[in-house]
Amino acid sequence: MKITQVLKAVATAGALALFMVSAASAVTLNLGNGSEPGSLDPHKANGDWENRIVGEYLEGLVAEDIQANPIPGQAESWTISDDGTVYTFKLRADAMWSDGKPVVAQNFVDAFQRLFDPKTAAEYAYLQFPIKNSTKIAGGEITDFSQLGVKAVDDHTLEITLEASTPFFLQALTHYTAFPIRKDVIEKFGDQWTQPGNIVGNGPYKITEWVPGSYIKAVKSDTYYGKDKLKIDEIMFENTEDLTAALNRYRNGELDILTDFPADQYQFLKDNYPGQAHVAPFLGVYYYVMNQSKPPLNDVNIRKALSISVLRDVIGPDVLGTGELPAYGWVPPGTGNFEGEAYLPAWSKEPYDQRVTEAKALMAAAGYSPEKPLKLQLRYNTNENHQRIAVAISDMWKQIGVEVELFNAETPVHYDALNAGDFQVGRAGWLLDYNDPSNTLDLLKTGVKGTDGTVNWGNNYGRYSNPKFDDLLAQASKELDLTKRGGLLHQAEATAMDEFATIPIYWYVSKNVVSPKITGFEDNAKDINRVRWMSKSE
Amino acid sequence: MITYALRRVLLAIPIVLLTITVCFFILRLAPGGPFDGERALPVNVLRNLRAHYNLDQPLIVQFFIYLGGVLQGDFGPSMVMEDFTVSRLLAIGLPFTLTLGFSAFVIGTVAGFIAGALAAVNQNKWPDYLLVFVVLLPLIIPNFLMANLAQLLFGVYLHWLPVGGYRPGQIINLVMPVIILSLPHGARVARLVRGSMIEVLGTNYIRTARSKGLGPALILTRHAIKPALLPVVSYLGPGLSYLLTGSLVVEQVFALPGIGKYFITAALNRDYGLVLGTTILYVFIILALNLIVDILYAYLDPKVRLR
Repeated sequence: MKITQVLKAVATAGALALFMVSAASAVTLNLGNGSEPGSLDPHKANGDWENRIVGEYLEGLVAEDIQANPIPGQAESWTISDDGTVYTFKLRADAMWSDGKPVVAQNFVDAFQRLFDPKTAAEYAYLQFPIKNSTKIAGGEITDFSQLGVKAVDDHTLEITLEASTPFFLQALTHYTAFPIRKDVIEKFGDQWTQPGNIVGNGPYKITEWVPGSYIKAVKSDTYYGKDKLKIDEIMFENTEDLTAALNRYRNGELDILTDFPADQYQFLKDNYPGQAHVAPFLGVYYYVMNQSKPPLNDVNIRKALSISVLRDVIGPDVLGTGELPAYGWVPPGTGNFEGEAYLPAWSKEPYDQRVTEAKALMAAAGYSPEKPLKLQLRYNTNENHQRIAVAISDMWKQIGVEVELFNAETPVHYDALNAGDFQVGRAGWLLDYNDPSNTLDLLKTGVKGTDGTVNWGNNYGRYSNPKFDDLLAQASKELDLTKRGGLLHQAEATAMDEFATIPIYWYVSKNVVSPKITGFEDNAKDINRVRWMSKSE
Repeated sequence: MITYALRRVLLAIPIVLLTITVCFFILRLAPGGPFDGERALPVNVLRNLRAHYNLDQPLIVQFFIYLGGVLQGDFGPSMVMEDFTVSRLLAIGLPFTLTLGFSAFVIGTVAGFIAGALAAVNQNKWPDYLLVFVVLLPLIIPNFLMANLAQLLFGVYLHWLPVGGYRPGQIINLVMPVIILSLPHGARVARLVRGSMIEVLGTNYIRTARSKGLGPALILTRHAIKPALLPVVSYLGPGLSYLLTGSLVVEQVFALPGIGKYFITAALNRDYGLVLGTTILYVFIILALNLIVDILYAYLDPKVRLR
């Protein structure tokens, strides 16, 4: 290489370095966000990785505090009618869109109408079904959208009418399905409205770049009412589908927060990066669903034998290594509006040997033994952790006379089979959409018969059905007194679990890794951590 | 020459059509669909979604709707990355995959050639043994493991290179992925060059050159390299198409955009439109490269033209 060439290269490198130093003066949060967002449209998004982004560029009437509890957002205050069905929101006068236009009540009316419009086909519209006439509009029964229970009284007053009092409605409003939209922007750009350059938001950050498969960049919005309090100037939402590689990036200082990490690295993180791996209770249950629409699992005794012979205490600490707590009930501990003692069946306190003996007896009564085993297929979606648990549990079942055939498939294939009822035992999981017990209990409701005669079982893959359970849920939905409602829901949970409607295995935990440079990240049961509360020191 | 090239281009059309047809129907036969996820969708939502993507039409109608779109250059919407059309995703990913693949191709070919030649010249001496061993490594160790090891060594421990991610205009983020991608290619080239070079060095005309007193450097540059290159050149076509279509692991591990990554995501999520779009693109790349190689051959060897 000639001297001049070397000099040129050095000069270029120097200029590049200078450029990088000047660019680094802005405080950038590098967030390992997990999967690639499918959509930034609040009516199409469906994952927590999308929520992290959507919740920074849009803000609803109600926002989340550092612990993810509802606080005033675009609405500065609200009143609730005595019967709990009419909410009147007063919008902030200084709420603005990123293009400088004021946020008005009509933006929320437009958003809710679009959410329930059958043409939008919003997957999560059901979260806002407490709103009056929303179910009928989404179902196509009502085509006049003005009958929806969302009205703009004036530019800064919004009135929402519910079908019935709903104690978790403010919680539901923190969800992105309740965020406002700009109808004019969507009409102008169509499907492309979420592209950088087109997108308009009212949240603390605005989207400026999107390189699918790699990252999304958001910068502080000049028009956000709380912009002066924001300590982070830019957010890089990095695609971290490969968890091992993401951990390497974290260790090299390229990422400040990881929203997941490989479970087998937990011990390593605890030893080498003390205090940085956050494992905290998370509202969700990991469970096995049993197909009760056909033998042999329509027999409650066989279901009982399967459930009580699962030694849950070893799953979290030993099989997974992240210390998930054993689950015996259906509503995760820490769920709101659910005061009272947690469901804990008597058998869960018995020694494991005794449980196995009892399970053997139940199986023997049904005509099965280790010599003449019951053959069951256990399906799970392909994943290392699901496999470990399946292997462990099939071993626990072997001793009581159950021969398990393991069957794994990709996620779409797996859930296709569960939906179709084409399985015997299947792995499933549920993360709560909002902090209320009805969100998990609804999973066990009897399917609804449609106009064409088919029964829609929704997420009740096992086809569990008990009129008493359905009745308790119906009563609870009408009950205004929160304590009484909680009592009814407790009864419902006990009814289903006493009949072994499913096999709950463990309560989920959230797994984050947070750099010591970051403050303002507080573990919470919803695992929602908004960047507006965070700061970063160099 | 031109008629030969034209004939080849015309022959490629039925191949593309056949690929589209086979892929389209195989994809639909696979169990699961783009809207089967952790949560069951309400029936009316599912109905609306299916109608939106024409999935409620008879399969054969869907096929012709799709084919009609493709002929007009419209690959339809992506069903999982809903904010993008397939054409737009390909437009974003393709330049990136090409940059990655071509860089790895050039680096791998040059490095592989040098390594192979060095090994051949020093046949059965220690540099040969060492190189043969080193060249074996990228062929044995899977790409993703190699990538993870490199991330640990050059990123986490030595802090020389960023571990992953992509920033427009920053070449340093591409150094590790390009090298990892180029390793297996380079190894194959090295083995080919070593083999053919040893063969060439054993021929009579090289002995003649040596006996008339030419130095080793001159023998190599003037007489040995050209003939030793021939088998390598025939490998370069498939080698390049392998690099361009085989970047998926590297794109995934290093969190880079690129059609390889879109292809995996699409296939796992049954994103019919995106799987078909990437597959068609791959077929085009492979056909185009084969065509170029064949035309080059025809240019070099008139016998081919007559066939």
